[in-house]
Amino acid sequence: MSNELLFGLYIFVLAGFLGHYVIEKVPPLLHTPLMAGTNAISGISLVGSLVSAGGGYGKLSMMLGFIAVICATINTVGGFLITDRMLRMFKKKTPAKGPKS
Amino acid sequence: MSASLLPYLIASVCFILALQGLSSPIHARRGNLIGAFGMLVAVVGTLVFTHILTFTWIAIGLMIGAAIGAAMSIWIPMTKMPERIALSHSFGGLAAALVGVSEYHHRISGPEGIDRFTMAALGLEVFLGFLTFTGSLMAFGKLQGLITGAPVTWKGQNAINITMFFGALALLVLVVVDPHQSVLFYATGVIGLIVGVLAVLPIGGADMPVVISLLNSYAGLASASTGFALGNPVLIIAGALDGTSGFLLSLKMSQAMNRSFANVLFGAFGQVAPTPDGVAGPAANYNLATVEDAVGVLTAAQTVIVVPGYGMAVSQAQHAVRELAQALEANGATVKYAIHPVAGRMPGHMNVLLAEANVPYDQLYDLDDINDEFSRTDVSLVVGANDVVNPAAKTNPGSPIYGMPVFNTDESRAVIVLKRSMATGFAGIENDLFVKPNTMMVLGDAKKTLREFIAGVKEEAAA
Repeated sequence: MSNELLFGLYIFVLAGFLGHYVIEKVPPLLHTPLMAGTNAISGISLVGSLVSAGGGYGKLSMMLGFIAVICATINTVGGFLITDRMLRMFKKKTPAKGPKS
Repeated sequence: MSASLLPYLIASVCFILALQGLSSPIHARRGNLIGAFGMLVAVVGTLVFTHILTFTWIAIGLMIGAAIGAAMSIWIPMTKMPERIALSHSFGGLAAALVGVSEYHHRISGPEGIDRFTMAALGLEVFLGFLTFTGSLMAFGKLQGLITGAPVTWKGQNAINITMFFGALALLVLVVVDPHQSVLFYATGVIGLIVGVLAVLPIGGADMPVVISLLNSYAGLASASTGFALGNPVLIIAGALDGTSGFLLSLKMSQAMNRSFANVLFGAFGQVAPTPDGVAGPAANYNLATVEDAVGVLTAAQTVIVVPGYGMAVSQAQHAVRELAQALEANGATVKYAIHPVAGRMPGHMNVLLAEANVPYDQLYDLDDINDEFSRTDVSLVVGANDVVNPAAKTNPGSPIYGMPVFNTDESRAVIVLKRSMATGFAGIENDLFVKPNTMMVLGDAKKTLREFIAGVKEEAAA
């Protein structure tokens, strides 16, 4: 079991570093979509909720899991949709437009 | 479980690609699609490879969640984005906490019990999850105006919050020593719920960008703890990514206000330094201008920089801003937008609103990129921004916002400030910009005033 802890920590620390470098490159322009997007990604806790809701853990676990599935699905589905809706709006000026004086 | 590790690897790679896509608006959408694909792979992989007995409730839950999520994304106005994000943080926290409780309940009654390491992960997950849940609900309430946006403070507040926080951690240690102490485990969760409420109460609206980012980070850490408890690598990776992202954003936001984390969390803005003497007196010294005056200045301008703030979101004036900019451009002026990192109520709030109004993103400039240009600019048009244009941050060491990087709007030839009224905001800080001789104050609803500007500019151009 201590191996599992160690591997978990390995993954956590390395993913954190990777995240740092990737997220440093996100311009302030896209900070809101970044937050919406990471929100959608952390909705991955849905995977844990699924097991709780359907793993035959008994009534209480199933009910809690069921609510968790709803919450996590709201975040994943809603998160990716709203991120896309925002990103669709970001447009560059068409070069032909705007005569230079 | 082990067969499902492959889909989880695919999902993890997709998530990283999704974040990488956000480095530029050009591939951001594609990245987001890849992320969504990764999520689908992870969910299908779990359903196929994990031992699942009943699919009924899963299916119903997925359908309800998808319907609510879609509704919350399609119909919500862009001005409500901070509220929307705060709500989803609370859902994320709740989901993690409930999975934690469910796992604990299931395992503690099982034959193997719970080992210490898993117990620690579960405890953290439940504590952070519930804290994020109520904290984000409070943030939502404040943004939505259900709770007062002003800092709520009382004596000994920080001492109580800190005691509760460390008390919860102490309980956690006791539960790790003996996982069968269910009462202590649930008490940790309850304290998490209370700390979430108490920690956000003293934080004022202007500090929301930091708080929302921090809650984003907590939601990520709660997910990562779930990953540790379930031994699931994709949860650890996604949680770590979310956690770092939120943490980095809150660091950037605090820097943009020249304040430390501790100051934001424990300092209750506006309470730090009481407003200086004689506030009511000099406030009357501002230069009240009519729409006609402002239109005259705007039509004569060759260069205009728009500085939007939270007031633009409140009055939903982003489309009017864009139309005015077009009218000015038709008149031969160049128009740029100066976006402060903490303008609005969350990171990037103003950028999204202006993008919604079809402002091309290459006209949007960050603080560092545009601040030298104000001295060469004819008109700065401040739309509902306040602290981020306050020169006191540069000149008055007694000001609560002294040292915060602000726009040099006061250096431009003329400044037009659109403001609802002359009442100070809840931060209660006087703005020196408003009393400068080259500043024209135009009071009233920003959208209405901008519409009058547009009509005026078009009329002048036609004449």
